[in-house]
Amino acid sequence: MDTLALEATQPKKAQNGALVLLPGPPIPAKRKPAKKTKKAVVFFEVEILDAKTKDKLCFLDKVEPNATIGEIKSMFHKSHPQWYPARQSIRLDPKGKSLKDEDVLQHLPVGTTATFYFRDLGAQISWVTVFLTEYAGPLLIYLMFYFRVPFIYVPKYDFTTSKHWVVHLACMCHSFHYVKRLLETLFVHRFSHGTMPLRNIFKNCTYYWGFAAWMAYYINHPLYTPPTYGEQQIRLALTVFLFCQIGNFSIHIALRNLRPPGSKTRKIPYPTKNPFTWIFLLVSCPNYTYELGSWLGFTLMTQCLPVAAFTLVGFIQMTVWAKGKHRSYLKEFRDYPTLRSPILPFIL
Amino acid sequence: MASGEEDGTVEEKETNNKKRTKGAIATAWLTFYNIAMTAGWLVLAVAMVRYYLQKGTHKGLYRNIARTLKFFQTFALLEVGHCAIGIVRTSVIVTGVQVCSRIFMVWFVTNSIRQNEESVILFVVVWTITEITRYSFYTFNLLNHLPYFIKWARYNMFIVMYPLGVIGELLTIHASLPYVRRSGMYSLRLPNKYNVSFDYYYFLIIVMLSYIPLFPQLYFHMLRQRRRVLHGEIVVEKDE
Repeated sequence: MDTLALEATQPKKAQNGALVLLPGPPIPAKRKPAKKTKKAVVFFEVEILDAKTKDKLCFLDKVEPNATIGEIKSMFHKSHPQWYPARQSIRLDPKGKSLKDEDVLQHLPVGTTATFYFRDLGAQISWVTVFLTEYAGPLLIYLMFYFRVPFIYVPKYDFTTSKHWVVHLACMCHSFHYVKRLLETLFVHRFSHGTMPLRNIFKNCTYYWGFAAWMAYYINHPLYTPPTYGEQQIRLALTVFLFCQIGNFSIHIALRNLRPPGSKTRKIPYPTKNPFTWIFLLVSCPNYTYELGSWLGFTLMTQCLPVAAFTLVGFIQMTVWAKGKHRSYLKEFRDYPTLRSPILPFIL
Repeated sequence: MASGEEDGTVEEKETNNKKRTKGAIATAWLTFYNIAMTAGWLVLAVAMVRYYLQKGTHKGLYRNIARTLKFFQTFALLEVGHCAIGIVRTSVIVTGVQVCSRIFMVWFVTNSIRQNEESVILFVVVWTITEITRYSFYTFNLLNHLPYFIKWARYNMFIVMYPLGVIGELLTIHASLPYVRRSGMYSLRLPNKYNVSFDYYYFLIIVMLSYIPLFPQLYFHMLRQRRRVLHGEIVVEKDE
C-alpha cells in the first residue's frame, strides 16, 4: 500500500512534461511502519478524443492509477454503448499504435490528466466464430458433393457413389482435415487477438467455401478420372498427407505449450522431443510448411487442377504470413536463430 | 573524418545523379512510346477512313485493319509494366483491367463473330478516337507543351466515348455467343486427366455480367480525375 502511494506521487513531478517511465514492479525494500493515515492515492483524469476530428468524446475522472486500458475501454463503452471494447482502438497519438488492453495507466507517459485518441475499428467478430464458420463450410459442402445431392450433377447420378476408391479416400482425408481444424480451433489454439473486423468473415468464407465447392465438384464428378499412376501415386500421396497432418498438429501443440493459458506472451519456439517439431531448426512457421505439404499430398492424390490452384493460392497467402511472422520474430528477439527461413528451409 | 564526410556527400551525389539519369531515361522512353502509339492509332484511323471512302461500305473493314489493330493494342501491355515499375503513377490494377479487356476483345472475341457486325465498327472507332486523344495528351504532357484543346478532349470526350465503347463491346460479345456455343471453342470438357472443365460460353456470359460492377468504377474514376484536373484549373483562373 505504501509503495502504491509512493508511485502515485511520482506522476506529479512528471507534469512539467518530462517523460517518466516507471521501472516495473516496485522494489519492496524496508517497509516503514505503516502510516495509518490516509494513503495519498492520486486519481487520474482521462479524456478521450476522436483521433480524426479531435472532438472530446468522453471525460473520466477519478480513474485509479493502476487501471488498465481494458478497464478504461469498459468505462468508455458505458458512455458510448455502440462502441464495445473490442472495436475501440485507444492510442497516445492520433497516428500512433494502438495501446494494449494490459497497459497500466500510470505506467504510460501521461500526466495525471491523460489524453487518449480513439479510433473505431468497425464491427468486430471473434476469431473463434470466424474459424468455426469458415471451416464448417468446406466440411459440409464437400460432403454434399460426395453424396451427390440433387441439382449438382445430372439427375441419374443423384445419391449414387463413385466407383473409384480414391474418391472415397479423398473424402475421408478432406473431412479429416477440416474436423481436425475445427477441433484445434476449439481446444488447441490460443489466440493473441480476440476479434477481427466483421467483413473478414465474408471474405474468408467466400474463399474457403468457394474453393471447396470447386474442388469437390470435380473430384466427386461421375466423369472423374483417377490418377495416372494409380495405386503407387495414391499411396505416396496419402503418406505425404498423413505425415504433414501429424506434423501440422504437432506444431500447433508445441505453439500452444509456449503460451500459458490466458496469457498473450510471445516466445521463440524450439524443437521438442517430438521429431515432427525438429523442423523448427530450419523454419519459423512450420505449421504453414506442413499445411502446404498436406495440400500437395491431396493434389497428388486427386490429380485435380482446382486442388492444385487452391494449394497454390494458399501457399502464396501463407508465405506472406510466414514472412511477416519471421520479420516480427527477428524484431522482437535479438537472439533469434539465424538458420531459420520463414516457410521453406533455405529457400523462402 | 573530413574525407569520410566527403565520401558521404560524393555517394549522395552519385545516387542523386543515378536517380536523375533514371528519370531522364524513363521520360525519354515514355515520350518515344507515346509518340509511337499516337502514330499507330493515327495510321489505323487513316486506314479506316480510306477504306470507307474507297469501298463505300464498312463490310470487310475490320478484316482489313485487324492485324494493325492487334499489333498496337497488344503493345499497350507495356503500360501495365510502366505502372508496375513506377515510372507512371497510375494504379496497376486499373490499367491492368483496361488493357486486359482490350486484349480479350481483340484476340478472343472478334475472331468468333461475323466481322461485319456494326458493333465491331462502333467500338473500333471509339477506341481509335479515344486512344489518339489519350496518347497525344501524354506525349504533349511529357514535352511540357500541352495545348488546352487536347486536355479538354482527353477529359471530356470519354463521357460519351466510354459508354459507346462499352455498348459496342457488349453487343459484340453477345453476337459471338451462338457461334461459341455451336463450335465449343476454347472449351475443355470432362473427362480429362486434369479433372477440370472450362466452358467458354458461360465464361463470356460472366464477362458480360462483370461489366456491371467494373464499368461504373472505371467511369467514376475518370469523372473524379476530370473534376480534379479541370476544376482545379478553373480556381486558378479565377484568382488571376
